[in-house]
Amino acid sequence: MVNPSADSSPLLRLRRLVTHPEFRAGAREISGVAPGLAAWGLMTGVAMVQSGMSTVEALAMTLLVFAGSSQLAAIPLIAASAPVWVILATSFCVNLRFVVFSAHLRAYVMHLPRWARLLAGYVTADMTYVLFVRRYAHPATTPAEREAQLAYLAGGGALNWASWQVASLTGIALAQSVPMHWGLGFAGILALTGVACSLASSPMRRVSAGVAGAAAVAAFALPFKLNIVFAIAVAVALSLLLERPAPPDRRGGA
Amino acid sequence: MSQPGTDLWTLGVIVGLTVITLITRSFFFLSSREWQLPHWAQRGLQYAPIAALSAVIVPEVVMTQGQLITSWQDARLFGAAAGAAFYFVRRGQGQAVLGTIVVGMAVYLPLHLGLGW
Repeated sequence: MVNPSADSSPLLRLRRLVTHPEFRAGAREISGVAPGLAAWGLMTGVAMVQSGMSTVEALAMTLLVFAGSSQLAAIPLIAASAPVWVILATSFCVNLRFVVFSAHLRAYVMHLPRWARLLAGYVTADMTYVLFVRRYAHPATTPAEREAQLAYLAGGGALNWASWQVASLTGIALAQSVPMHWGLGFAGILALTGVACSLASSPMRRVSAGVAGAAAVAAFALPFKLNIVFAIAVAVALSLLLERPAPPDRRGGA
Repeated sequence: MSQPGTDLWTLGVIVGLTVITLITRSFFFLSSREWQLPHWAQRGLQYAPIAALSAVIVPEVVMTQGQLITSWQDARLFGAAAGAAFYFVRRGQGQAVLGTIVVGMAVYLPLHLGLGW
């Protein structure tokens, strides 16, 4: 046999993963932001139905697309029967930040087979990613560390997926009785705010946050929510310029 | 009230959006080729998470209908400020993020629903 380890059957690996202490740690950290994300998911569910989507369509969208900001951007376009390429291009641009995240996460997941990487990517939304890289600043170097990191990612991803779906399905069910004007979706913004505060651990990161916020407002008129990716690019570039300059002998080393 | 019908066009769009989620979230995982991010990009990426959050949050708090708000009488300003203040007071203690949400909403909802801010 190529693989001599007897305990590598998928089911056993899955059980090892969910019983790992880091699986519970990942779920616990997501549970801190889950109420805010749930309020956001609830409002996304309500918004889908109130835009005129059928229950089947709303269910399919929440269970398959699983991307709140992309859904919220697509909902009015679907209601207006916009050209398909416009809807997909909008969704792609709104999701471009995930492309940035995947560049960051690549070194953490490349030890997995491709199908598992795709699954990990699919379930890794904003909060899952942010909390993961906050806990693990560097990719694992030993098999035990890899197992721990994967367990943490799986635990956070599982609870995030479940709480988002439960909230969205509740929103779809209660669409006629939850008024949009209450502004419950603001809880989602507060959840993001809390996590942003937890990341503001160095002066340069606070600069990055300030620059990105200002740039996102200044570039708000860009189509397809491109202001978000623009703001990330400006903030990262400026932070790199402002942090202490890299030693000259690193130049061209990449 | 009659239920809106389900049409194939919408379901097709939803499948397309699903593929977009999958591709964007695993964009750099797709290829198995040996490849490393340049050093400067690795350093730069540590600033990306907080930048992404801030870029989403700030327009949601200070803009309405694509315009910068001109009044300070806006429940979102007070809700977000109260939530952030709570976080920094309780920093490092369990569930500070949950407290951010609860305190922020406790300030936001009365101002928004009660005073119409």
